[in-house]
Amino acid sequence: MLSKFIFLYCALVIVITGILAVRFRNPVHSVLAVLVLFFHMAGLYLLLNAEFLAAIQIIVYAGAILVLYLFVLFLVNIRQEIKTERFVANHNISKFISFLVFLILIAVTQSFRLGTPGKWTTDAIRQATHTKALGIEIFTSYILPFEIIALILLVAVVGGILLAKQDKQEVVMAQKEGSGSLTRGGKK
Amino acid sequence: MNTFSPFTLSSLSFLGPELVLLSVGILLIVVDLFFENRLLLPWLTAAGTLVSLVLLFNSPSGIVFGYMYVVDAYSVFFKMVCLVGVLFTVLLSERYLTTEKLRHGEYYSLLVFSTVGMMAMVSGGDLIVVYLGLELMALSVYCLVGLLKQDSRSNEASLKYFLMGAFSTGLLLYGISLIYGLTGTTDLSMLSQRVVSLDLINNHAFLVGLGLVLVAFCFKVAAAPFHMWAPDVYEGAPSSITAFMAVAPKAAAFAVLGRVLIMGFADVHIHWGPIIAFLAVLTMAIGNIAAIAQKSLKRMLAYSSIAHAGYALLGILAGNNEGLSATMNYLFIYAFMNMGAFAILILLCDNKRRGEQLDDYRGLAKTNPLVAALMLVFLFSLVGLPPTAGFIGKFYLLVAAIHAGYIVTVVAAMIFSVISAYYYLRVVRYMYFENAVQETAAVSISPGMTAALVLAMIGMIGMATFPGPILSFAGKSLIGF
Amino acid sequence: MQILILLVQIAILVGVVLLHVAYATYFERKIIGHMQVRMGPMLVGWHGLLQPIADGIKSFFKEDIIPEQADKPLFLAAPIICLVSMMVSLAVLPFAKGWALADINIGLLFIFAMSSLASYGIILAGWASNSKYTLLGGMRSMAQVISYEISLGLSLVGVMMLSGSLNLTQIVEAQGSSFTGMYIFTQPVAFFVFFVAMLAETNRVPFDLPEAETELVSGYCTEYSGMRYAMFFMAEYIGMFVMASIGVVCFLGGWNGPFNVPFFPPIWFILKVYLIMFVFIWIRATLPRYRYDQLMTIGWKLLIPLALGNIFFTGLVKIVIN
Repeated sequence: MLSKFIFLYCALVIVITGILAVRFRNPVHSVLAVLVLFFHMAGLYLLLNAEFLAAIQIIVYAGAILVLYLFVLFLVNIRQEIKTERFVANHNISKFISFLVFLILIAVTQSFRLGTPGKWTTDAIRQATHTKALGIEIFTSYILPFEIIALILLVAVVGGILLAKQDKQEVVMAQKEGSGSLTRGGKK
Repeated sequence: MNTFSPFTLSSLSFLGPELVLLSVGILLIVVDLFFENRLLLPWLTAAGTLVSLVLLFNSPSGIVFGYMYVVDAYSVFFKMVCLVGVLFTVLLSERYLTTEKLRHGEYYSLLVFSTVGMMAMVSGGDLIVVYLGLELMALSVYCLVGLLKQDSRSNEASLKYFLMGAFSTGLLLYGISLIYGLTGTTDLSMLSQRVVSLDLINNHAFLVGLGLVLVAFCFKVAAAPFHMWAPDVYEGAPSSITAFMAVAPKAAAFAVLGRVLIMGFADVHIHWGPIIAFLAVLTMAIGNIAAIAQKSLKRMLAYSSIAHAGYALLGILAGNNEGLSATMNYLFIYAFMNMGAFAILILLCDNKRRGEQLDDYRGLAKTNPLVAALMLVFLFSLVGLPPTAGFIGKFYLLVAAIHAGYIVTVVAAMIFSVISAYYYLRVVRYMYFENAVQETAAVSISPGMTAALVLAMIGMIGMATFPGPILSFAGKSLIGF
Repeated sequence: MQILILLVQIAILVGVVLLHVAYATYFERKIIGHMQVRMGPMLVGWHGLLQPIADGIKSFFKEDIIPEQADKPLFLAAPIICLVSMMVSLAVLPFAKGWALADINIGLLFIFAMSSLASYGIILAGWASNSKYTLLGGMRSMAQVISYEISLGLSLVGVMMLSGSLNLTQIVEAQGSSFTGMYIFTQPVAFFVFFVAMLAETNRVPFDLPEAETELVSGYCTEYSGMRYAMFFMAEYIGMFVMASIGVVCFLGGWNGPFNVPFFPPIWFILKVYLIMFVFIWIRATLPRYRYDQLMTIGWKLLIPLALGNIFFTGLVKIVIN
């Protein structure tokens, strides 16, 4: 009963803050709405005995990723929303389709039946502690996906640097134009 | 608890081709850092791809990492297509990067990493591996598309592709989570059993999950109505990457479609068959009709690649081995003809002109008869005119679809094929029957470009005259299915 | 009934810690004073012993100024976020065997999560004040906390590997009661990385760039006054206390000491924490502030590779021994 109540509370807050994050005029407020959202997501994980995931959710998403978002927002320092014309001329059709998809997704939850559970039931997880259960699974059955993720991160690092780094010729051009800020070898 | 580990060192021997590519990718970053010579990189990549290709045919086949990674003839075939695509791209890039003044060594390593992703997708026996392979492939390609940093079209393309790709990934994950919740597994072979044993064939939630997965992969193969990103991205990306995207990631996505739909959900064919049929017709219609209006050859080829995805869907649509082998065969042939056409496009791109506009091809037959003749062959093949390889590919696709009973779809495909002849042959008309608007400089050829063109021609002629080996290889690889 | 006992325990803990904070400031001023051959606070009470109380009363009755252009809700929330998240970390600290309010399985991760939340307080304070000094302070703090949190976490991975647990009590127990069992001897590199990262996480000298008085007029809290300023102050000192406690738990053997003290088992724990806090203050009196790019270089190019190498080496040794 209590856990159901907590679930409903978390789910409700997640939905509300999700909407707020999109609707807020001030981007910093949006980020904070997402922060609250992440905390309630961590709450949901706790409800499932996934305490490790809950902690990681907060450390990684709230503690690192969102902070980086804030960083970008501060550097850009938008106090007002930038308004542009809609990219799609006839957005009512898109709204209609989205609403239809939404209805369908809601409707099909009626026919949802829980499939065959695996060996990690909530009791099994509680017994082994979540961190250990996760560790065992990741480093035995899911070792290949784990390694692929490592590769994805490598690509993200390489690609990120590649796109953000200034080319040597760009730096030279900028120097010729007399921009003083780029004199240190194009470091950003 | 359970200490069973499916990982042993011997399972690495099944991953030979992937590991070779991976080490080449990392080596490339190091080489780029310490060596000034830019020409080292493409040839190193090409060599790595060749080694990987050789290893591909000499690796043992089996299922490793539990059930996660399936090395069978089916995956070997698609890996071959992807590797051929990469090989072409590398050969084309050698000259293209110098004309565009792209000096990033990471270009090649990202290309290689993206190929590793495709190979993981193709071999994935578990939806999680498939998804991660897809991400690895897509992430590398997002970066590659935006590599022309001075060109706002390239920036736009990269951003657009990234946003749309992220959105489709979201749909894919939502679909996978629905399917996982209903069946309790992400293992593809287990899935097909559970679908039957849990009686999910008519379950709405399951069908929506499958639909979402389908949408995500239709996005990756740029099938209508999920093709919106394709023309802009193909046009904005560096030409070599456009050629790459039209061939390799598309083949990988088709491989997954084939594996998921025909291996995992063959029993649900009654539901997804008509949807694929509709998508195929729509894709062919939009691709072919929109291509007519294009003034830029690059954009026209983008629409043509959408149309070709529609043709390839015909084989999936059939839902049986005959259809799938026809699709495999077609994708292999398409790799050669499309790469050939892009090779010409890149060949004509130099400091003065970009070789992307149709006007650049006026009177090409008079100034460069050989180049024009090659282009002629590739275009004929793309139309699917009888003596060429393209005809053979299309023929088997249509036969498979007829055998499966989709007569209307086949008729539509033929009509659109005829329409496509108009815009392909318009290029031929420009080349042979019009006079050059301006004085065109002689094209400069490079070793990589020569190799690419020769390879494309050999492939085309080989497939047109002896289509047997590839067809039987594709057919044989499906026996275990 | 259980809840009541728990509430009393919480009240005692908070009370003791707040008292500790008050006297930590006194401690700091006295030590720095003597190191600089001054006397430190002498006027209020015997040798200035009542000075912290006087300070507390003063800040409590000061006017609470809110800048006109500030983002009011965030401006008000920032110090509370900071203080609350720091205080929540106290709940999982094992002061002695069985002396932890919540002995949870992921104690170490919980503290990381809360300390990363505390940085939000600082960032938001910097932004919501709508002043350039505070914004600069907030941004510096953001970059610093993100960079050093990585090395802080990585340095403790070695400890996790040796103890096989994230539970703070179990980490202490894994070190045994002997002197040589302390992880500072088996993980010296990790301790070094941890110590440096700890200084940066708590914004202490020589990494106190977020509040650098000389250039930023005390950074993120420039616009705060009265009780809200005091809240930041308290949060900083509780943060020091928490970080020092983590150091004691993970590297210095926790509550274990040369002999058992009856009636008050946490005595060794508290002595060790004060030892680390003394070093904090000692460093403040000794070292000048780093430049910003030096700070980043140390974090990314020295500490993170060192910590990663330490993890690799620890794993290797563990395999060889097994």
